[in-house]
Amino acid sequence: MSQPTTIAVAMSGGVDSSTVAAILARNTTGAGNSVVGLTLHLWDQTRLAGKHGIPDAPKAGRCCSLDDVYDARRVAEHLGIPYYVVNQEERFEQDVVRPFVAEYLSGRTPIPCSLCNNHLKFDQLLKTARSIGAGSIATGHYAVNEYDPQRCRWILKRPADLAKDQTYFLFGLTQEQLAHTLFPLGRLTKPEVREVARQHGLALAEKPDSQEICFIPGGDYKQFLTAYLEEQGQPMPETAGELVASSGEVLGRHDGISNVTVGQRKGLGVPSPSPLYVLQIDPASHRVTVGADAELATRTLRAGRLNWISIPALTRPMRVKIKIRHRHEPASATLEPAGAAEVVAAFDDPQRAVTPGQSAVFYDGDEVVGGGWII
Amino acid sequence: MDANATTPLLPEVMEAMRPYWMEHFGNASSIHLHGQQARTAVDRARETLAEFFNCHDAEVVFNSGGTEGDNTAIFGLLHPGDHFITTSIEHSAILQAAQRMAQHGVDTTFVPPQSSGLIDPMDILRSIRPETRLISVMLANNETGVLQPIEEIGKIAADTGVFFHIDAVQGAGKVKFDARRFGCHMLSISAHKMHGPKGVGAMFVRRGTPVESLLVGGSHERRRRAGTENVAGIVGLAKAAELAMHSLEDGTIDRLAALRDRLESELLRLPGTGVNSGPGVPRVANTSNIWFDNLEGEALVIALDLKGVAVSGGSACHSGATEPSHVLMAMGLDKTRARASLRFSLMKTATDADVDHVLQVVPAAVKHLRALSPVEAGTLG
Repeated sequence: MSQPTTIAVAMSGGVDSSTVAAILARNTTGAGNSVVGLTLHLWDQTRLAGKHGIPDAPKAGRCCSLDDVYDARRVAEHLGIPYYVVNQEERFEQDVVRPFVAEYLSGRTPIPCSLCNNHLKFDQLLKTARSIGAGSIATGHYAVNEYDPQRCRWILKRPADLAKDQTYFLFGLTQEQLAHTLFPLGRLTKPEVREVARQHGLALAEKPDSQEICFIPGGDYKQFLTAYLEEQGQPMPETAGELVASSGEVLGRHDGISNVTVGQRKGLGVPSPSPLYVLQIDPASHRVTVGADAELATRTLRAGRLNWISIPALTRPMRVKIKIRHRHEPASATLEPAGAAEVVAAFDDPQRAVTPGQSAVFYDGDEVVGGGWII
Repeated sequence: MDANATTPLLPEVMEAMRPYWMEHFGNASSIHLHGQQARTAVDRARETLAEFFNCHDAEVVFNSGGTEGDNTAIFGLLHPGDHFITTSIEHSAILQAAQRMAQHGVDTTFVPPQSSGLIDPMDILRSIRPETRLISVMLANNETGVLQPIEEIGKIAADTGVFFHIDAVQGAGKVKFDARRFGCHMLSISAHKMHGPKGVGAMFVRRGTPVESLLVGGSHERRRRAGTENVAGIVGLAKAAELAMHSLEDGTIDRLAALRDRLESELLRLPGTGVNSGPGVPRVANTSNIWFDNLEGEALVIALDLKGVAVSGGSACHSGATEPSHVLMAMGLDKTRARASLRFSLMKTATDADVDHVLQVVPAAVKHLRALSPVEAGTLG
């Protein structure tokens, strides 16, 4: 394409997206080609600060902290590219924070990053990019995105640096979104990215990675739930209930289903000769079933709210590997359609702690076939 | 097109300031020759500002700008138990100062504007209580340009024995000042809104007004503002004020109003647009605030910036993201429309060519945005 292109880079103030901006700013020096930096302002980090144990001054390394916006702005200044902060606070609260809270209150364990990617980030970035005359966006995600002319589909693949693989959080990308998104770090390892950052003279090349959920300073989701509900003037729903063994025997009580997660071991307060784990949470009766580690293992999984990437739809059984949480090694399974909008998977080997609310992402080799939300 | 945010120095201002950085670098408090040169410059500037305000030299206090003036009026005059009246469309320098005083036992009434953007003086009168000590109202609103009926409010203040402060930052250089006629006890301006330097401003403080200094540590400014005088800045402010007085006399401001009117009427030819101030409401000559249905103002601001047209679409929050204007919300606009509103504010140096450029870029950008992503009703609310 000889037409001048503008690329909008999503900048978080971290090393990865800053390096993307640096790479693109250097590679788009042709006439009319340009790079614009955008930061989505998603959450006011001072909003719940100091309430219910949430830290007063958020540390760096989270989106929307003032330090991170400052860092992103400094990188843009260093590279000489225009930079803007786009306010998406209301949409973030509506599409990510409220569903996140509702999921916990119904006894599930949500992944806000996937909610954000699926429902807000890519959609909004592309919308803003087009508004300002940019044809595509680029992010610092570790993933590979390429067009396969044979299948006439955009394919999402695991990156060179498997330790940084973020495809698990990207299963919701549509073909339209993939067609207009660049992942320039997909073929680099994290140490290589830091090296590129150093070569571009980026002062934040050594900045530590962020690990926590961006809107939960301190990382304690229970504090967040309490503080957020209080701010909204909603009482914390009474969800205390019985702790029972798989046999049905009542072993004790828990103080709320939002305080437990499938697979959790610590803090159950039930004396037992062998370690006990949360096996199941029943949002209706508030009953939490606990049992031995071995009982956590299941052979099947059901998922809904699906998105397909390498195939148009699942019409017949397919052999895949399935990742059921971020740090899970994908496990072999057979995937089958179940009704119009769901799939069931049968794992070759039982998998530990299949957790409702998390995503199940289906892989065929390096390719992301698609994914959905565990029911 | 964003003169209400700030303006560049005029060359004459730069020239006037130039000797006071290196050559006449003295401290106006020193007794020796260098000090006297600086003192002379500050005294002359004070004379100019006295003319600008129509007040006595001794009633001029130099400070760091509009925020300091606004803060001084509030923090310097109000005590626990006092009642304060202001409006909900003031600058944050007033609103946040009032919020802070709430922690010190000062109750504030925030009078809302009418949908036209005007404050009704009767609403001010009705808010007065026995313990009301201060009224603060802006001369011109920064978002809409609407000129407030300050003379009437000044009369109310005089009749009821309440102190009256005017935040005149957005009026400076755009309307003729007369502190006596305004009936105020204090009035604040900032140099950089009228082609002077940033970081310097002045306050009119009527003799006998018991306002305490925010800063202590010296007898500068007759003990009303401690700190070594910003001599070059003060000289720049005075030059800018002098030029502003000329502009008000020589037709410059009338020409500016005609330019603004042309810009506005051309933009209003786009379907789904309107002006965010009531018809016939008095406004400063340079400001036009326009809503555009079916688009996000934030995206339009960015798109226009990339095409070389700088406008404002609300107020910047701490991260630099845009928040819907509290002024427009107070006037009763819903969030969607407040977000889809842009403020065009022209400099007095604006030309026909500048307006032509805006009229080339804006309609095209509006059409492009509307075609791309029609805003569904309610999604932004």
